[in-house]
Amino acid sequence: MSRASILGKVRTALHAPADDALRKGIVSERIAAPPIVAAPQRVAAPITDLAAGFKEELELQLATVEEVTNASQIPKVIAGYLSATNQPLRLRHGIDPRISNLDFPAVADFEVRTGPASPDDPAGLSYAFVGIAETGTMALLSGPENPVTLGFLPDTHIIIVPKNRIVPTYEDAFALLRLEIGAASMPRTLNLISGPSRTADIGGRIVIGAHGPRRLLTVIVSQL
Amino acid sequence: MQPTSHDFKTNARAALSDRQLQEALSGLPGGLVAQRAAARARLPEFDDLRDYGRDLRNHTLDHLDLYLEAYESKVIATGGHVHWAETAEDACVAILRICKAADAKLITKGKSMVSEEIGLNAKLQAADLDVVETDLGEYILQIRNETPSHIIAPAIHLIQEQVEDDFRRQHQHLPKDRPLDQPAELVDEARKILREKFITANVGITGANFLVAETGSSIIVTNEGNGDLTQSLAKVHIVIAAIDKVVPTLNDAAALLRLLARSATGQEITSYTTFSTGPRRADDPDGPQAYHVILLDNGRSELLGSEFREVLRCIRCGACMNHCPVYNAVGGHAYGWVYPGPIGAALNPGLIGVKEAGSLANASTFCGRCEAVCPMRIPLPKLMRRWREIEFEHGETPFLTRFALRSWAALARWPAAYHLISRMTVGTLKLAAGRRGAFTWIPFASGWTSGRDLPAPQGRTFQQLWAERQKTAALLTPTNKEAA
Repeated sequence: MSRASILGKVRTALHAPADDALRKGIVSERIAAPPIVAAPQRVAAPITDLAAGFKEELELQLATVEEVTNASQIPKVIAGYLSATNQPLRLRHGIDPRISNLDFPAVADFEVRTGPASPDDPAGLSYAFVGIAETGTMALLSGPENPVTLGFLPDTHIIIVPKNRIVPTYEDAFALLRLEIGAASMPRTLNLISGPSRTADIGGRIVIGAHGPRRLLTVIVSQL
Repeated sequence: MQPTSHDFKTNARAALSDRQLQEALSGLPGGLVAQRAAARARLPEFDDLRDYGRDLRNHTLDHLDLYLEAYESKVIATGGHVHWAETAEDACVAILRICKAADAKLITKGKSMVSEEIGLNAKLQAADLDVVETDLGEYILQIRNETPSHIIAPAIHLIQEQVEDDFRRQHQHLPKDRPLDQPAELVDEARKILREKFITANVGITGANFLVAETGSSIIVTNEGNGDLTQSLAKVHIVIAAIDKVVPTLNDAAALLRLLARSATGQEITSYTTFSTGPRRADDPDGPQAYHVILLDNGRSELLGSEFREVLRCIRCGACMNHCPVYNAVGGHAYGWVYPGPIGAALNPGLIGVKEAGSLANASTFCGRCEAVCPMRIPLPKLMRRWREIEFEHGETPFLTRFALRSWAALARWPAAYHLISRMTVGTLKLAAGRRGAFTWIPFASGWTSGRDLPAPQGRTFQQLWAERQKTAALLTPTNKEAA
């Protein structure tokens, strides 16, 4: 059997007996207590304005970032963005209550549907698990609340990030994931999104909108 | 794929006179090289992270069997399947079996160098399956019937006009007079065509940048989002990955991700980094219904036990080839197999044999830039030098080279004769070169002289100059002491 043969060859190469308690201990310890490398200086200082750093990095990656103080402003900001980019006032989102509670009907002619994305949805709206300041990255967890296809099929992807959920590093995001979700129950897909879809495969020139979204709007909200 | 590495010299000669290829390659130094330097400058701890990354990869390789077992048990616990494949053939058979069971007709594929290594597309097509590459560069290569010439920028050897010609030839159902002279128009056309494929495909195949033992996740890093559409819309997601891709924890993946994009494209991070764990959950409205991982060995366990173990630290960023003067001159196809550039020269002989790929170690000026930029600090020149020695020991070195090396070695054992002969040679060459001070033609070295002149020796040997220098230094020393 290939499995036994490959593992046997690996053990032979390493001169490692199959049941070495010391080696097993080292491995299970590292998995149980993942080491953390020093955080990048740009987000390490305690006074760092995480939201400002997050926004700056994300904008460098050609996303649009809007800040609102209150969640009730979100539908209007999204409608304004869609109009400004000549997109129809139509979007799809999952059953995340923090999105369902937003008052989209208050904006005239805004058509909002729920469920996973279909190929003709012009825009998808997701709620981020956390924002990550070091590179302007958003972590999204798949599931009925935020179906994964919302971030890839529509031409426009919109992500809401609560300001108090912006953490300094990737490791901080994973720590929250272990704490709140549990490493044993990872979602099917964890997406780290840091900009719109792009490619440089034709003559090395960057073109935005390869296969995924042509534009990415991030809305940072201070009060939920 | 069928390797042509043994023909590197012929391949390289053709590449040097290929005008379009030379135009395409001319953008490398100002593009990827400059962008990496800028990204490194923005992250002061970049070089410390490289030490950390090297140590973390060494630790993982030292415990590879255990991390693979831990990873496997997590994949199974989250509802996925793991298939171990010793050889390329085993891997293709396993993938074909999964495709048949899923009654697959159309298969979409994200970018995967390992799938190139095992020759997957040919095997799928031979079984009457329709397979479509969805990474834009790979799609272009598929319609051109070519292989990638770079591990992260597969179509880097092409200029825009070639892609336009390919699209006009391939997409004949579209209006002939459509404008296609802007990169955005070409991207848009491919986007529309591949959209249909994503939606109708039954099976999606991706590679993996990392496998995480802590969670049983596979990670892909992309900018286009094609890998996400490939795995999220198809009924079945198959991951093909080599055994050296495993890392212990999510945090370890984070440390390596900080190095990967910066070393590769000079981005802080790619647009999409995706962690896939098992099939869709019971209440998920989308995502694949089945998740399979093929764990490929194909020679890596042997490399692990050899003096070339360090090559397995590679995270496939491509920085070594971007910075290589030889790669920059001839491009990736000349290397004649899946992995080009310095990493190919250090890795390929271990995977396809010294007879086929041993000579790639000679495709180097040993300038050392590859090691200087490698995020995993792989001593590429040292490994290439060792392959040269092995190639010589195996008698794969060409007759003329062996003859020259043997003659030199024999002579070098007699220092007096060596010095005498080299003094005479150097003197003769100076005289022969005359006032020009250079040669336009040298027997057996036309490869050098056809492109440029060879400067002639100045008349004295290194040994002579060294002896004179020592004498002068001895004379000067007392004066120096006084001055002090």
